Amino acid sequence: MSFDVTKIREEFPILATQVGKKPLVYLDNAATTQKPQEVIDVLDSYYSETNANIHRGVHHLAEKATEAYEQSRREVAQFIHAATEDEVIFVRGTTEGINLIANTFGNKFIEAGDEIIISTMEHHANIVPWQLFCEARGAVLKVIPVSDAGELEMDSYESLLSERTKLVSVVHASNSLGIINPVKSIIEKAHGVGAKVLLDGAQAVGHFPVDVQELDCDFYVFSGHKLFSATGIGVVYGKYDLLDSMPPYQGGGDMISRVSFEGTTYKAPPGRFEAGTPHISGAIALAASIRYLEKQDRAALLDYEHELLEYATESLSEIEGLKIIGTAAKKVSLVSFTMEGTHPHDVATVLDADGIAVRAGHHCTQPLLQRFGVPATARASFAFYNTREEIDKLAQALTKIQVLFA
Amino acid sequence: MSDLTQLYQDIILGHNKRPRNYGALEGYSGKAEKNNPLCGDEVSVYWKTEDDRISDLRFTAQGCAISRASASIMTELLSGKSKKESVALFDAFRTLLEEEGGAASEEAELGDLMALSGVRQYPSRIKCAFLPWQALLEEWA
Repeated sequence: MSFDVTKIREEFPILATQVGKKPLVYLDNAATTQKPQEVIDVLDSYYSETNANIHRGVHHLAEKATEAYEQSRREVAQFIHAATEDEVIFVRGTTEGINLIANTFGNKFIEAGDEIIISTMEHHANIVPWQLFCEARGAVLKVIPVSDAGELEMDSYESLLSERTKLVSVVHASNSLGIINPVKSIIEKAHGVGAKVLLDGAQAVGHFPVDVQELDCDFYVFSGHKLFSATGIGVVYGKYDLLDSMPPYQGGGDMISRVSFEGTTYKAPPGRFEAGTPHISGAIALAASIRYLEKQDRAALLDYEHELLEYATESLSEIEGLKIIGTAAKKVSLVSFTMEGTHPHDVATVLDADGIAVRAGHHCTQPLLQRFGVPATARASFAFYNTREEIDKLAQALTKIQVLFA
Repeated sequence: MSDLTQLYQDIILGHNKRPRNYGALEGYSGKAEKNNPLCGDEVSVYWKTEDDRISDLRFTAQGCAISRASASIMTELLSGKSKKESVALFDAFRTLLEEEGGAASEEAELGDLMALSGVRQYPSRIKCAFLPWQALLEEWA
């Protein structure tokens, strides 16, 4: 192991807190990640030293805040390897990002009878905006099925593609099962029929490096709070020419070039898509969490997370009556499971009594869980600050559940 | 595990494992389904009435121990009850779970529901306990 998990844990103050009298064991990282002290400090210092509105003041603080906000955009662009920072739009999160693309790209380029392809394993955030859009526009939603192991059925995907396909929108890594999708192949095949591709990277960016140019995706969206940063900030990446061809998302201040009652013209991207005062401190905190991550040996972090996943998979598999849902080989570090005779909610409540935080429910992926014939699962999701000892505690507590509900 | 044994009392675990009046009812006079969009729990309640009183009340559920036990106890408690009496019992149950020191006076009529009093310490689980009751009382005309 080429990094020191004890030292890493000291950088996340919440990890030293207790739940009741038990040390916190935080295994709900797919819901949101915890924040390192330096991100918390950046949020604090923004409001105590920099706070001003951006893009409109000429005074010192306004310029300082504007520069910090735009510097964050440059750092995000570098982080995902965008060609230019003008390809980075700040939004509230992944959900708003997908809605933005539906309301701009969708409204401009997708007509009645055109098709949008998503998959069975999508988060509701990548299902419902397209259902709303298709209902309003008369477009058709097609769904890629998943195998028993939780992988996309690529043959079915290819047979769904046609010249009617205008957009393929799929998750990079599943929040519910952890499966990492073969997005490069998905993108190549979509481009083969002239369709654009949107990737939901909410569960990907916090785990492994993403290069949007190498992937050649047309859009990529993610949330800051799953990347060790603040809630309420997220990113839409789009290829510049595509963004430039799209109409505005919301109307308001800061997105216009010139307003008159005869006709209003709009800013070039990304400004066109950022109406109103944005989450300035959130954008700055996002850049801080990116700097934090880039300081680490990311390959070592990923190896370590993978070790945790293997260890958890082994430990949990030994528990009688426990079934892991999503057994494909390529996964981010999370384990979704059911326990015979015990509902996931009860599992989560019993674990909570031991200070262990997991998620129980449908994880906003009801169609996927219907596919596996379960109404809910319990999900333990890991970050690089988790330890094997924490997984041992999880396994011990799960064994107690068997006794309690026997 | 002391907090947990407050929540998962033997009475609750018993109802969860061997729910009373479980299964669909043929020839019902009323049926209601309710789900909890947050967690995906689902309950279906079926009932027959005679002279405006419950003569048979059954349920099926995909849910946690709390919602299953609550449904199971409900089917026993409401047998022979009118709508008005049923609403009054649910109100007493709500007082038990939502108000500090609530429901001491209703202890007798609440019966096995008293075993759910531990849910008060788990605000996110209260909705599980109410789900079957709300299903029935929102639909029962």
